[in-house]
Amino acid sequence: MDKLLNDFSPGLFLVQTILLLLLIFLMVKFAWKPIMDSLSEREEGIQGALDAAENAKKEMQNLQADNEKLLKEARAEREAMLKEAREIKEKMIADAKGEAQEQANKMVAQAQESIRSEKQAALAELKSQVANISVEIAEKVVRGELADKDKQLSLIDKMLGDVTLN
Amino acid sequence: MRIVQKSIKFLTVLAIALCSFHGFASDTDKKHDTQDDGGMINTKEEVEAYILHHIQDSHDFNLFSYTSDGERKHFGFPLPVIVWTSGGLKTFMSSEFHHDDSGHEIVEKGDVKLTKIHGKIYELDAGAAEVKFDADHHATNAHKVLDLSITKSVMGVLLVGLLLLWWFSSLARQYKKRQVPTGFGRVLEPLVLYVRDEIARPNIGEKHYRRFTGYLLTVFFFIWILNLLGLTPLGFNVTGQLAVTACLAIFTLVIYTASGNKHYWGHILWMPGVPVLIRPVLAIIELAGALVIKPFSLLVRLFANISAGHIVVMSLIAIMFTLKQSLGVVGATGLSLVLSFFITLIEVLVAFLQAYIFTMLSALFIGMAVEEAHH
Amino acid sequence: MEPVVTYNLIGAGLIVIGAGIGLGQIGGKAMEGIARQPEATNKIQTAMIIIAALLEGLAFGALFLGK
Repeated sequence: MDKLLNDFSPGLFLVQTILLLLLIFLMVKFAWKPIMDSLSEREEGIQGALDAAENAKKEMQNLQADNEKLLKEARAEREAMLKEAREIKEKMIADAKGEAQEQANKMVAQAQESIRSEKQAALAELKSQVANISVEIAEKVVRGELADKDKQLSLIDKMLGDVTLN
Repeated sequence: MRIVQKSIKFLTVLAIALCSFHGFASDTDKKHDTQDDGGMINTKEEVEAYILHHIQDSHDFNLFSYTSDGERKHFGFPLPVIVWTSGGLKTFMSSEFHHDDSGHEIVEKGDVKLTKIHGKIYELDAGAAEVKFDADHHATNAHKVLDLSITKSVMGVLLVGLLLLWWFSSLARQYKKRQVPTGFGRVLEPLVLYVRDEIARPNIGEKHYRRFTGYLLTVFFFIWILNLLGLTPLGFNVTGQLAVTACLAIFTLVIYTASGNKHYWGHILWMPGVPVLIRPVLAIIELAGALVIKPFSLLVRLFANISAGHIVVMSLIAIMFTLKQSLGVVGATGLSLVLSFFITLIEVLVAFLQAYIFTMLSALFIGMAVEEAHH
Repeated sequence: MEPVVTYNLIGAGLIVIGAGIGLGQIGGKAMEGIARQPEATNKIQTAMIIIAALLEGLAFGALFLGK
C-alpha cells in the first residue's frame, strides 16, 4: 500500500484529468455527436422506409379488397339485372298468356253469344215458319176436312211426320 | 488478431535482437555499467527490478539499451520535464539526467537542485549538495515536486487521444457523404453501435442514455486502445498507472454523483422500507459504497489487471535468462516464447474485457443514479 | 535466496482461495443457468461478467491493501 501510494503521481493525475476532459470535449463535439446523429438519422430512415413499405403493403391489400368488393358488387348487380330481366320476361309471357286467354275467352264468349243469338233468331224464324206451316197445314187440313175425315187425319199425321223440329 | 501477430513478431524480433546485443539491460542502476557482464540481467533480483522499473512511468522514451565497448548505449529519445518547484516552473529535457535514476545526477535550474530517484523527480533541500539515503533507501534531504512532465504515459495518452480524434472524426465526416461508411470506418461503426446498444442503452435506460454515450464511448476506446498499446513492445503502461485509472474512476464518480436524481439520493440517505433506527447506519454504508467503494473498485481493477498482465508477460520473457543455466539457451528461449505467446493472446482478451467492464460498470452506476422511481 | 514466507503471502493465498471459490460458483451457476435456458445466454453472461468483475475488484483491493 505504501509503495502504491508512493507510485501515485499527482502530476500525472492532474495532466491526465486535463487531457481526458479535453479529449471527452473534443470527441463529443467532433466525433460522437455527428456520428450518433447520423446513426439515429439512418436508423430512423430505415424505420421510415420499413413503415412505408408496410403501409404500401397494407394499402395494396386494401386496394385488392376494394377491387374484390367492386367485383363482387358488379357480379351481384349483374345477377340482379339478369334476375329482373328473367322476371320481366316471365311476367311478360304470363301477361301475354293471360291476355290471350282473356281474348280467347272473350272470343269464345262472343262466338257463343252470336251462336245463341243466331240460334234464337233461327228458332224465332223456325217458330214463325212453323206457325206459317201450321197455318198452311191447318189451311190444308181444314180444306181436307172438308173432303174426308180420315183423309184429314192421315194428312195431319203425314204432315207432322214430315215436319221435324230441326 | 493482426495486432497480436504483429506484436508477437515484434517481440520475437526484439528478443533476438536483444540476445545478439548481449543485453536486455536496464538503466536503473549505474553500477551495472561497471560490472564485467556489461549490464546483463541474469538474476531474479535484477529481473524483478527491471520489471518494476517498466511498470513505472518513465521520463524518457527508452526502447532498449545495450553495452558496447564498455559503454552504455540507449536507444530512444528524451521527453520534456516540466516540474513545479519551490523556485517556480522549471522545464528541461530528461536527457539532462543522463539516464540516471538513482539520485546521483543533479540538475541545477536557477537556485533549484533536481534529481531523479526511481522514476520520481525530487527537489533537494536548500543547502544540500547531494542526496542522502536512509536505511530503507528513502531520500532524507529531498522532497517530491509536482511533476507535470510529458512522461511516457502522458505521451501515450496524447497519442491515443490524437488517434481516436483522427479515426472518429473521419468516421463522422464520412456520414456527411454517404449513409454507410467505407474502409476503416466499417470496423469502427459496429464497435460504436456495440457500446451504444449493448452497454449504454440497456444499463442506463432508453430515456437518459443519450446524455452519457459520449463519455462512455470515449472511455471505452481510450482504455481499450491504451491496453492494446501496452501489449506492443513500445513499453507503454498507461492503464497500469494508478493516477490514470484513478482519474478515470473519479470522472465516473463525478458523473453519476452529479446526475443522481431524488430517487437515488433518497435510497442512499434515507432508505425507505426499513426501520427508522437502521436508516442512519444504512446511509453511512450506502454513502461509503457510492463515494468510495465503487470508484475504488473501478480504479483498482483496471490498474491491477493491466499491471499484473505486464508483470506476467515480462516474467515469462525473463525465463529466457533465469532458466538459461538449467534448460540451455534454446530450451529457455523456446519455453519463454511459447508461454509468453499464449499469455499475450489472453492479454489481448483482457485488454478488451477490462475496457468493457470499466465502461459497463460506469454505465451501470450511472443507470442506478438516473433510474426513475417505479413502485 | 532462501525461501521467505510472510503473513502477507499467507493472506494473499487466502484471498486467492476465496476469490477462486467465488469465481467457480459464479461460473458454474451461470453455466447451469445457460444450460437450463439457452435463450437467456446473453443476459446471464452479462450478469456473470459484472458479478465476476465486482468479486475481482474486491480480491484485488484486498491484495493491494495487504501488499
